[in-house]
Amino acid sequence: MRKLISLSVALLASVPIAADAASWQPIKPIEFVVTSGAGGGTDNFARVVQAIILKYKFIDQAIIVTNKGGGSGAEGFVYAKMQAKDPYKLTFGTSNEYLLPYVARLGYKPADLTPVANMAADEFLLWVNSASSFKDAKAYIDAAKASPGTYKAGGSQSKDTDQILTGMIEAATGAKFIYVPFQGGNAAAVQLAGGHIDSNVNNPNENIGHWKSGAVRPLCVFSPTRLPGTAKVVGDMAWSDIPTCKEAGLPVDQFQMPRTVWLPLGVPAEAVDFYVDILKKVSETPEWKEWLDRNLQTPRFLAGKDFTDFIVADDLKSKKVIEAQGWIVK
Amino acid sequence: MENIASLFYGFGVALSAYHIGLMLVGVLLGILVGVLPGLGAPNGVSLLLPLTFSMDPVAAIILLTSIYWGALFGGSTTSILFNIPGEPSSVATTFDGYPLAHKGKPTEALSYAFLSAGFGAMVGIILITLLSSSVAEFALRFSSPEFFAVYLLAFCSFVGLGGSSPFKTMVSIGFGFAFAAVGMDSVSGNLRLTYGIDELLAGISFLVAVIGLFGIGELMLTIEEGFELAGIRARISVKDVLSTAATMPRYWVALLRSAAIGCWMGITPGGPTAASFMSYALAKRFSRNRDKFGTGEPEGIISPETADHSAGTSAMLPMIALGVPGSATAAVMMGGLMIWGLNPGPMLFVERPDFVWGLIASMYLGNVVAVILVLTTVPLFAAILRIPFSIIGPIIVVTCFIGAYTVGNRAFDLWLALGFGAIGYVFKKLDYPIAPMVLAMVIGDKAEDAFRQSMIMSSGSMKIFWSNTLVASLMAGALLLAFWPLITAGVDRLLGSVGAARRGHT
Repeated sequence: MRKLISLSVALLASVPIAADAASWQPIKPIEFVVTSGAGGGTDNFARVVQAIILKYKFIDQAIIVTNKGGGSGAEGFVYAKMQAKDPYKLTFGTSNEYLLPYVARLGYKPADLTPVANMAADEFLLWVNSASSFKDAKAYIDAAKASPGTYKAGGSQSKDTDQILTGMIEAATGAKFIYVPFQGGNAAAVQLAGGHIDSNVNNPNENIGHWKSGAVRPLCVFSPTRLPGTAKVVGDMAWSDIPTCKEAGLPVDQFQMPRTVWLPLGVPAEAVDFYVDILKKVSETPEWKEWLDRNLQTPRFLAGKDFTDFIVADDLKSKKVIEAQGWIVK
Repeated sequence: MENIASLFYGFGVALSAYHIGLMLVGVLLGILVGVLPGLGAPNGVSLLLPLTFSMDPVAAIILLTSIYWGALFGGSTTSILFNIPGEPSSVATTFDGYPLAHKGKPTEALSYAFLSAGFGAMVGIILITLLSSSVAEFALRFSSPEFFAVYLLAFCSFVGLGGSSPFKTMVSIGFGFAFAAVGMDSVSGNLRLTYGIDELLAGISFLVAVIGLFGIGELMLTIEEGFELAGIRARISVKDVLSTAATMPRYWVALLRSAAIGCWMGITPGGPTAASFMSYALAKRFSRNRDKFGTGEPEGIISPETADHSAGTSAMLPMIALGVPGSATAAVMMGGLMIWGLNPGPMLFVERPDFVWGLIASMYLGNVVAVILVLTTVPLFAAILRIPFSIIGPIIVVTCFIGAYTVGNRAFDLWLALGFGAIGYVFKKLDYPIAPMVLAMVIGDKAEDAFRQSMIMSSGSMKIFWSNTLVASLMAGALLLAFWPLITAGVDRLLGSVGAARRGHT
C-alpha cells in the first residue's frame, strides 16, 4: 500500500495537469465505495474502473477501494449519505440504490445520493438444465402454467433483481414458480447445472462456464435485440443465436441491470462534471470495451438528464412488481 | 495417468525464478497478515489485487494464493502464543496449543502446528491433483438439503462433546445463532435484529467477535490474575523443531483422520473453520489420551491444524471448477480471475490448462516454501513469549483494535470488539464455553439459509432431508455423532453388566 501511495505521489509530481481539465481537481486520495462484497459483480466493476484510471493516469491521486456490501449494499449507500458534501467518495452500485429502500427500512432514501453516470447494462437470460426437455421459452412457460407452483426458479438473493424479473415473468404469463433465493448468481448457476432447480435468470457471465460444459441451456434473452456476440460458443450456437424473449413467446421484452456510479449529496457541480468526464474517458478505452465483451455486458454510457430519466423509468417498472408482490415496507 | 502428466506440465509453467520469487514474497506477506489478528488473508489479497491487474494471470494467482498459504500458517501462531486466533479457522488450535506453549514449550507447540498444517495442505493438493475432474461432478450433487446436513454434521460432532455442562453449551450456541442472525437475511430479504441502527445493517462479523472474545477477553483475565509481568521462561532451540518433527509419525492416525475430515469439509463447502472444530471434537472423542485434551496434548494441536489446511487447500477446487468460492479469500481471488479475463467454471480446465495446472503445481511449491519459512521463524516467534507482559500486552491491544477496524473499515466494529471482550471475560468467569458460540456464528447463518432453502424447495416437507442416499447418509452420520455419548454409555453398561455377571460366576 505504501508503495502504491508513494508511486502515485511520484506520478503527481511528474504529470502536468491537463489543460482541458474541468475546474474541479482532486487534491487528495479518492475512495471508491463498493456496494457489494469483494469478488461480487459491483466489486469487479469498480476495480476495473480503478485499474483503467491507474493505467491511463486519468486521475493523479491514489484510489482506494473499500467494500461495504452489508445489507445487499445498503451499508455503502448509508455510508455515502453520511459523507454528504464530500466529493472524494464515489459509490458504485446497480439499481439497488433506488430499489432497496422499497423492500427494507433503511437509513437512507434514493434521493440522498447524487447520480453521476451509468456505464453499462448487464443482460439477463432465461436458462434451464440441459437434461430437461424444454427447447424454447414457450414450452417451459406452458409447462409451468400447466402445473403451477412446482417448477423451481432460482436466483441471487431475495426481493432483488432476479426475483423481480421472476415476478415480471409470472405477471406477464400467468405462470407460477417456486422462487428459491441463493447467496449469489454463482450458487444459482451451480444449482441449475446440478439439476436441483428448474431454471434461473442469470447474467451471461454467471452461467457461461456451465453452458460451455453442456450442463445448462439458454432459452431467451430479456432484451429488445439479440446479443452481439457472433462467435460460436457451444457447438453451432453463438450468443447472437439466442432469441429475444419476445421472439420466443415470453412477453417480457426488456430487463437489464444498470452499472451505476454515485456521489454524496451537496457536492460541487464541477466535481460531478469532473467524474462524468473521467468515467466517459474510461468507457472509451479498449480495456473497458474488452471487459464488457468478456462479461457480455452492453455498453451504455448515460450521464446528466439521460441518466436521471433512465432511473425514473427503471424505478417505475420495478416498483410495479414490488407493489404487486406486496414487498413494500411501510 | 493423465492428471499426473498435466501436473508435470504445470510444474513446467510454475517453476521459474520469477514465480518462486513471487511465492517467497507472497508467503512472507501472508505470514505477516495472518499473525495480526483480524488482518487476515482476505485483506492481504484485496490489498494486492490492484498490483496484479498488469500481471500475467499465472503469476498473479501464484502471488495471491501464496499470501493465502502464508496467512493460514501465520493464523495459528498467535493462537498458540497468546490464545488469540489470527483467523477464525485457528480458534480450535488455541484449545491445546496455548496450554502447551505456556507449559514452557512454545517451540514444540508451534512446530506441531506448522508440520501438521503442512501435511494437511499436501493431502489436500494431492486430492485436487488426482480427483480434479470427478470431485467437481461430485460437488454438483450438493444442494441446500445436503449443505444443511454437512453443517449439522459439524455441529453434532461438537455438541455432544463433554467439558462444560450441556446447558452452558446450549446457551453459548444460542448466543452465537442470535449474533449470526443480525443484519439482512438473504432468504427473506428482511432486516433482522438491527433495531433501526444503521451500523448493524451489515451484521456482526465473526472476525470481530473472535478478536474481542479471545483477544480482549483474554487480556482482561491476564490482568486480573495478577499481571505476570515477567515473560515465560521458554527453552528455545532449533533442535527442538527437529525433535518434534521426529515424533510426528507417532500421530499418524490423527493426521490421516484429520486430513480426511478437512478434505471432505473443503469440497463440500463446510469450510476450514467447521473442519478444524469437527476434527478437534472427533480427536477428543476417539483418542486414547482424551483426558489430556485441553492441557497441551499434541494431538489436540495436530488435529485442528491438519484439517484446517487440508480444507483450505481442497476448497480451491470448487472455486476453480465450479466458480463457487469456499471462503472469503477465495471470493476475492475469484474476483481477480474475472478481472484477468478468466471465467471460473468447468471449462477453465479445458480453456486454460496452463493456468489451472500452473496453479495446482504452484500449490505444491507454495506450501513447501511456506512450511520451510514458518519453521525457520519458530524460534523467533517463540522468543516473543519471553517479552514481559507489560510490553507485549499493550501491543496486543493495539493490534486487536487495528485488526477489528480492518475487517470492514467500520469504527463501530471497535465498540463491538470491546463488547465481545466483555462477553468473553464474563463467559470465562462463569465457565461458559466460548467455542460453541464461535462455531454457531461461523456456520449458523449458512446452516439456517440452507435449511430454509430446503424448506422452500420441498414446500415445507422434512422428507427432503431423507430424499436421496447422499443426504440421508449425511443426516444419519450427524445423528449418530449427536447421540454417540449415549450410545457408548449404553454399550459400556451392557458390556459392564456382562463382565459383572461373568465375574459373579467365577
